[in-house]
Amino acid sequence: MSMADTLPWWAAIAIACLLVLGGLMTLIGTLGLARLQSFYRRIHGPAITVTLGTACILVASMLYFTVTQSRLVIHELLIGVFVLMTAPVVAMLIMRAAVYREQRNFSRTSAMDDDRPQP
Amino acid sequence: MKRWLPAPLLSASLLLVWLLLNQSLAPAHWLLGGALALIVPLLARPLQAYGQARIRRPLALVRLLGFSAIEIVRSCFAVSQIILLRRSADVNSQFIRIPLDLRSPHGLALLSCLINSTPGTVWVELSPDSHELLLHVFDLQDEQWWVETIKTRYEQPIIEVFETPRANNQGENA
Amino acid sequence: MTTLLSAAILFALACVLLGMALCTLRLMIGPSAQDRVLALDTLWMCTMLLALLLGIRYASEVYFEAALIIALLGFVSTIALAKFLMRGEVIE
Repeated sequence: MSMADTLPWWAAIAIACLLVLGGLMTLIGTLGLARLQSFYRRIHGPAITVTLGTACILVASMLYFTVTQSRLVIHELLIGVFVLMTAPVVAMLIMRAAVYREQRNFSRTSAMDDDRPQP
Repeated sequence: MKRWLPAPLLSASLLLVWLLLNQSLAPAHWLLGGALALIVPLLARPLQAYGQARIRRPLALVRLLGFSAIEIVRSCFAVSQIILLRRSADVNSQFIRIPLDLRSPHGLALLSCLINSTPGTVWVELSPDSHELLLHVFDLQDEQWWVETIKTRYEQPIIEVFETPRANNQGENA
Repeated sequence: MTTLLSAAILFALACVLLGMALCTLRLMIGPSAQDRVLALDTLWMCTMLLALLLGIRYASEVYFEAALIIALLGFVSTIALAKFLMRGEVIE
């Protein structure tokens, strides 16, 4: 942490806030993955991790390297764009695979019946 | 011009990616990146089944992206509140069906990316015959509200961006 | 200011590590195969975030390349797994 000594206070506070928010969002997303009941509810948890958690940590990383090296470091944008473009595709494919398997395994009951709230 | 540079947007973004990866603006990187930006779209042209997307109204696209960014952040907090505070059995997650008027394949791709990026909604499938979208909603309160939001806030701008009125009519007749 | 920043980095690292533990839990107990694939995908994401955080912690840019490659590999492997779940084979 030698370079961080030269960090101005406003950058340190902004980076710290972004890191805390990003970490919390990542944790909440995976918590949703772990504690929700059915698969169709669980799939909504990681979306938080992917969008807000990743965005906060990427912006923090950009800000940190830009300030410490006093030049524009924005190559984290590449990861951001890539994740934003691929995460929806992954979510849709897993969802379709789940619905397809559900229909194949229980062909009598449709996929809709699984998600009725339990009495 | 058209022959050597079939996709100017794709070429520009490839050059930008190359420069960002190398983190340099030296002439050598401009040359290499420029060569990539010229060659890759030519090689990739047979892979694009539906041809180039034509963005008719860039301003509407920017406004749509800004709106959905705000929506993503808002629903992030809404979904995390539900995950933290509510019992799992109380969450009313349902499939809903939304009839779509959008026909352009690029527009549908953009719509599915935006919907899937927003926490709380996942696109399941589009039925090919009736053009009905099957959507899974994490916590359904009001089905009509969702249908109207998707139709007016997302679908309408995408139709404006990607489809000409003529193409739209043809799609409906077909 | 340095102590504040390193505390924040440590907090974020702890959060991401705990998240990875939760993913691993779901990966092991997941009742169905799609649960496991979803958990594995989230685990890839968390690993990428971990690499980025370590990059900030040690003030080194090498971790960026690792994070980029992790993101690429995670996407490809999850797509292959989801495809396998749907069809029972990857290449048709």
